[in-house]
Amino acid sequence: MKAPSFAYAKAKSLAEAFELIERPGARILAGGQSLIPSLNMRLASPELLIDITGLKDLQGIDRRPGGLRIGALVTHAQLQRSDAVDQHAPLLLQAAAHIAHPAIRNRGTMGGSLALADPAAEYPACALALNATIVLVHRRGERRVPAAKFFKGLFETDIRPGEILAAAEFPKVERSVFLELARRHGDYAIVGLAGVADASGRRIAYLGVGATPVFAEQASRAVSLNAALELLGRDLQPQADLYNSSATKLHLAKVLLSRAWTTLSKPH
Amino acid sequence: MDHAVETTLTVNGTRITRRIAPRVHLVDFLRDELGLTGSHIGCEHGVCGACTVRVNGDIVRGCLMLAVQADGCTVETIEGLSDSKELAPLQQAFHEHNALQCGFCTPGMLMAAQDLVRSGTKPTRDEIRAHISGNYCRCTGYQAIVDAIEATINGKG
Repeated sequence: MKAPSFAYAKAKSLAEAFELIERPGARILAGGQSLIPSLNMRLASPELLIDITGLKDLQGIDRRPGGLRIGALVTHAQLQRSDAVDQHAPLLLQAAAHIAHPAIRNRGTMGGSLALADPAAEYPACALALNATIVLVHRRGERRVPAAKFFKGLFETDIRPGEILAAAEFPKVERSVFLELARRHGDYAIVGLAGVADASGRRIAYLGVGATPVFAEQASRAVSLNAALELLGRDLQPQADLYNSSATKLHLAKVLLSRAWTTLSKPH
Repeated sequence: MDHAVETTLTVNGTRITRRIAPRVHLVDFLRDELGLTGSHIGCEHGVCGACTVRVNGDIVRGCLMLAVQADGCTVETIEGLSDSKELAPLQQAFHEHNALQCGFCTPGMLMAAQDLVRSGTKPTRDEIRAHISGNYCRCTGYQAIVDAIEATINGKG
């Protein structure tokens, strides 16, 4: 199908983007790898698309004390080529390989993935596991939201009217595991696991098991794999999808936990 | 045309300026406005890869980019890369290995494969499969396509 009619404006500055976003039916366009298919399938019908891909403020990967700041417009392909990401947040690198295919990774962005909050997407679960901070900018300044409070529901986030997702900040965590089960490589995940560990403990988050990414709090704190497998049933109540029942998803989540456990449990 | 935006882009070496409706994606523009029908339209939601083109040197889904977003960009299509002979070794290998039957996926497949060929790496068969995993072929079963790409990269006949 073809997209419905809409207007298009390429913002030359953040100030201009803030002005345009006030218009009725306005929506932000970044890489477009989820938005444009939804337009083509007529699931979305914005009146105005504001292309922010020219905004320098939203680009780049910067090392910060204690971690990394990744600009919203950094593409999956740029992230995959980044030494800084490899050293500070290898979880993201492991996750990016699971996102669709090379041609899509050349345009899709980190900010777009976080802002859309698809429950089967990779970065939201990584943000949760890594305790990331989402940086939102608006006319009068910025607002910083921890990942745990950012994902509020199905395709629903804490972004308020007039705000634009500018970046995400990730604390440095070297030990990580990203695992995903999908029917074919690059397809939507049936279930996925994003896990990290450091001296303060383990943090394990799941994707594809509910309306938002889910932090497996109790399983993360478990003293043994057997205990974690038991506790995972309290952390997750997966919603069935067209092909997989809730029980199947919980089973697969346990399979991934078993595969990840050794890496996440070595002494520090 | 409603909301049309003046857009200037370079397609296969030719600079072009047109007023384009924002709803038109890049492949429709290339096919309908410029007559470059080598890039095919399969699914129009980014799954099949038949519309793969190169924008500023990177392969992208032509159906997942608005033509107006290509303002200031360099676009290369199967026609451009065929005429420049960049694709000649891959095309020869596809021919020799029977790596196409109906040919509908072939332009996109060649664009994705060439992306790997010119990366200068020596990929394994698994890595070749991963790189073309976003390009659907409903005829060949992929074996012959992987053979052809492998032959081009590693010089295996």
